[in-house]
Amino acid sequence: MKERNKIGVYVCHCGGNISDYVDVKKVVEAVKDLPNVAVARDFVFMCSEAGQNLIKEDIKNLGLDGVVVASCSPHLHEKTFRNAAKEAGLNPYLVEHVCIREHSSWVHSDNPEAATQKAIWIVKAAIAKVSLARDLESIRLDMKPEAIVVGGGVAGMRCAIDLGRAGITVHLIEKSPFLGGRAAQIGKMYPSGISGIELVKKLVEEVKNNPNIKVYTNAEIVSAEGALGEFKVKVKINPRYVKGNVSDDTISQCPVEVPDEFNYGLTKRKAIYKRDFTYPDTPVIDMNACTKCGKCNPDFNQKPKTVEVTGSIVILATGFKPYEPKEGEFGYKVYDNVITLPVFDRLISISNGKLEYNGKEIRDIAFIYCVGSRNEEHEYCSRYCCVATINAALQALEKFGDLRVYHVYRDIRTYGKYELYYEQAGRDGMLFFKYDPENPPVVERSGNKLIVKVKDLLTYGEEIEIPVDMVVLSVGMEPEMSDVFTMLRVPFSRDGFLQEVHPKLRPVETAIGGVLVAGTCQGPKDTVEATASASAAAAKADTYLVKGYAELEPFIAEINPEKCDGCGECVEECPAGAISIENGKAVLKEALCKGCGACGAVCPTEAINLRGYYYDQLRKSIEAAGGD
Amino acid sequence: MAYRALDQAGLLHVHYTPNTVIIRIPCASMLRPDLILHAFQSGFDAVFVASSGPDCPFLGEECVRKTAKRIEKAYELLDEHGIDKNRLLLTGVCSTCVEAIVGGLERLEETLSGE
Repeated sequence: MKERNKIGVYVCHCGGNISDYVDVKKVVEAVKDLPNVAVARDFVFMCSEAGQNLIKEDIKNLGLDGVVVASCSPHLHEKTFRNAAKEAGLNPYLVEHVCIREHSSWVHSDNPEAATQKAIWIVKAAIAKVSLARDLESIRLDMKPEAIVVGGGVAGMRCAIDLGRAGITVHLIEKSPFLGGRAAQIGKMYPSGISGIELVKKLVEEVKNNPNIKVYTNAEIVSAEGALGEFKVKVKINPRYVKGNVSDDTISQCPVEVPDEFNYGLTKRKAIYKRDFTYPDTPVIDMNACTKCGKCNPDFNQKPKTVEVTGSIVILATGFKPYEPKEGEFGYKVYDNVITLPVFDRLISISNGKLEYNGKEIRDIAFIYCVGSRNEEHEYCSRYCCVATINAALQALEKFGDLRVYHVYRDIRTYGKYELYYEQAGRDGMLFFKYDPENPPVVERSGNKLIVKVKDLLTYGEEIEIPVDMVVLSVGMEPEMSDVFTMLRVPFSRDGFLQEVHPKLRPVETAIGGVLVAGTCQGPKDTVEATASASAAAAKADTYLVKGYAELEPFIAEINPEKCDGCGECVEECPAGAISIENGKAVLKEALCKGCGACGAVCPTEAINLRGYYYDQLRKSIEAAGGD
Repeated sequence: MAYRALDQAGLLHVHYTPNTVIIRIPCASMLRPDLILHAFQSGFDAVFVASSGPDCPFLGEECVRKTAKRIEKAYELLDEHGIDKNRLLLTGVCSTCVEAIVGGLERLEETLSGE
């Protein structure tokens, strides 16, 4: 292709940040006479209006066909310079922004000469790249005001409500028979004191009253496909097997009793059951437990119903599950009175008057922290558990009084304002013991008491034995897995949670265009954080859905059909399923392409390039920088 | 990701060898192995492929496997051209993994000075 030969090169001083170490004049001198360069200048602040005008004027007056700006990191100002070029009538993707501040002046301030040489190499590489740059157009996709939210917990409902209020049609899909998720199981929550059930009630009320929100409960996702602007999800809605209105009286006549999962088996429920605090009001029959006695006037002929819903955006709010300790881990499943924090939370909520478990009154409780966290299996800290544990202990003390509480912790992370809870625990006379992960506490039984043995770092390693009636294991969060992740090919982080594109710059988007994350499917969060992330995801979805279209960066694969021999290597390599072979040639579905470029790397004929990073551009860049 | 680690190194004013040129690509999985050979043939003494590792925003964990395949192919090419394989280094570099950048470059420098 014809090389661009009217390139403008702009070297920024950054007010001394660059020019104190990089000799910017020397950089300009080194490149101004290169064959592809029309003009090279240095300026004190390229990002300033005066700096941008310099570029705009040169584009207009000299007819530049490419621009190189050497200044700070492109993550800061690439968009600034692209917009400036666009305003002056130049295709914004003919601008190459390279970094000589973070990548040169700041790291080689000890050697200005070398810093200058490095800046020259970087600028030469950029000029070479621009000389072969193609005109690119951002991709415009039409958006219908319709979204799919997977998961009907606090985060999913928050998303649905926010979107519904913005006039977006929302399909809210919940796999269990009722909305609410795990937050409903939490007792009094920090920091507001509202209970999980009350919170869920409020959200459910809004969901019910918003005609834009369509709720699907008892619903399994059978398939999910598509891309930004055109997702299709098939949902199998399992029958509830009930007819008409079922009174509480009728429910109570059910002869079957099974452990109620909502209370982790602390209470029983009937085979036909409902949850008063949530939606729908219709009960459901648990067919694994039902004996088909017929007393509740059921309809066993109901069949699952499959519906297809569409949406321009998918928000995943699939949540977490609490870590289940291994048998024998701090006496779990070996001694009766060793339970996990979520179970303890339910126990507080359902107990009245006194705290009892397994028929035994509980007077002394030890909490062991970081169970299953920050170890080889789960390297991460779930973070919410410290505050949640202290909060639960405070609740128990408030409700039942006269408890002796011992916290056996590794580190306490009651960040932010939650430090107040930690202080309160101390004021309430709770005792804290710090253990070393190399030497964790041991739980044993002695008579009718459990003994927690801990080598306490706060007293310089003193061996302490704490006799208690109950041990509560403070467990962290694990991701709740869903088939929809693989159906949509959403990438996971090392911790097994869903991965955002960037924690700060694109915190609720995944690498799959149009698939957003909300709540704990992305990583451990407390209810406050999960709700905030849900509102953030809804707001992000609005930026596409309310506007009616999306503009995407053009950096996706480009297949040259003349070079393609239809071998299909790229089809295998593509992580997004964006390439197929049609009539012996590879064909790209642009809306699916993530822009990784993996397909190009395996193409035997180099028929595939990544736009903006064409291989001929990279080769020429390498040559230019390696030259001298 | 790795590019951001280089930005981070700058913000922290960490020093590393200035005999380096940074070529930005979105994902290491796009590297054609012949590009690596091309760098050696264009006058570079060593190539440092700073991939995002398992934090890759495009491929997640999968990036590690895909990129490793490119590097294996590149090793074969280097072998064919009699270039010391130790001059090519692949490292997973997260967006704040400044030590991975500095350490990787030190290793390459040691390799070069030892030859």
